[in-house]
Amino acid sequence: MTGRLLLRGMLAGLVAALLSFGFLKLAGESSVERAIAFETAADAAKAKASAEEAAAKGQPAPVAAVETELVSRPVQAGVGLLTGVVVYSTAFGGLFALAFALCFRRMADLGPRATSAVLAALGFVAVYAAPMLKYPANPPSVGLAETIGMRTSLYFALILISLAVIIAAGMLRIRLLPRLGAWNAALIAAGVYVAVMIGISLALPDVNEVPEEFPATVLWQFRVASLGGQAIMWATLGLLFGVLAERLMAPHGARA
Amino acid sequence: MATATSFPVTLPTAIPVREILPWAIFGGLMLALGIYFVGVEEGAAAVFNSAYVHEFVHDGRHLLGFPCH
Repeated sequence: MTGRLLLRGMLAGLVAALLSFGFLKLAGESSVERAIAFETAADAAKAKASAEEAAAKGQPAPVAAVETELVSRPVQAGVGLLTGVVVYSTAFGGLFALAFALCFRRMADLGPRATSAVLAALGFVAVYAAPMLKYPANPPSVGLAETIGMRTSLYFALILISLAVIIAAGMLRIRLLPRLGAWNAALIAAGVYVAVMIGISLALPDVNEVPEEFPATVLWQFRVASLGGQAIMWATLGLLFGVLAERLMAPHGARA
Repeated sequence: MATATSFPVTLPTAIPVREILPWAIFGGLMLALGIYFVGVEEGAAAVFNSAYVHEFVHDGRHLLGFPCH
């Protein structure tokens, strides 16, 4: 059963990837292009300034290091983006199916479709929404090369913490269920998750590497596009996987 | 005649953890590897000594929310 669920999770993830890719292509690529244009203009201005400085001192102009383009922009914005989103979304689809297998009938007495929808909403919050409030997605030219290691560690650490906290909150909800009833137990668990995540987010170091002159509208559009792409991906995953799982799990002739 | 109830469908039972575990370990590892290549490779850590993977998935890495550059 788990293997067949895993396969369906990856399939749902693939479909989610195609929708998410379509949205990111339409809504996200323009801000990526504008961010790269900003970077190019900033680099050119820097090169010009150093050339003028050298000329003022009577030295030959420094030779600017030419950045060799390994992958062309159209490939990055097309097949490259598609590959990235497909691998990411298919992988999360598989992990989602494994989480579903563990949570089904253990989390709540819900059918496959409802379990899948609830789990996807929780996954979206825990894996993307909560971590991005602290460490939001950044377009090209935002972010220093020197700090990539630290920024990556912090981001992944926050995702793992967020997952651990939401699992703990879910277990707390189940423990409170007999005493407080479904509504209050869920409210308290949600409150605990939010409170703990606020505390952890405030405690973790801030990262702000947005260049002084970077256009605020591009940054906003980029982050909204990133959020939209993830929301579409998780929504598709949760709703489509639910249908596939229901068909697989329902005893023959007992489908409702 | 059985009386009509509001919830006539019985839910399938939970899947035993013993059955999930091998899939979770192997599948989880493979899938995490995929996410690593999209999100991290040739950025904060590198398996290959090039920049090709990073450059190829560049836009996806940014738009999916991973730290880059």
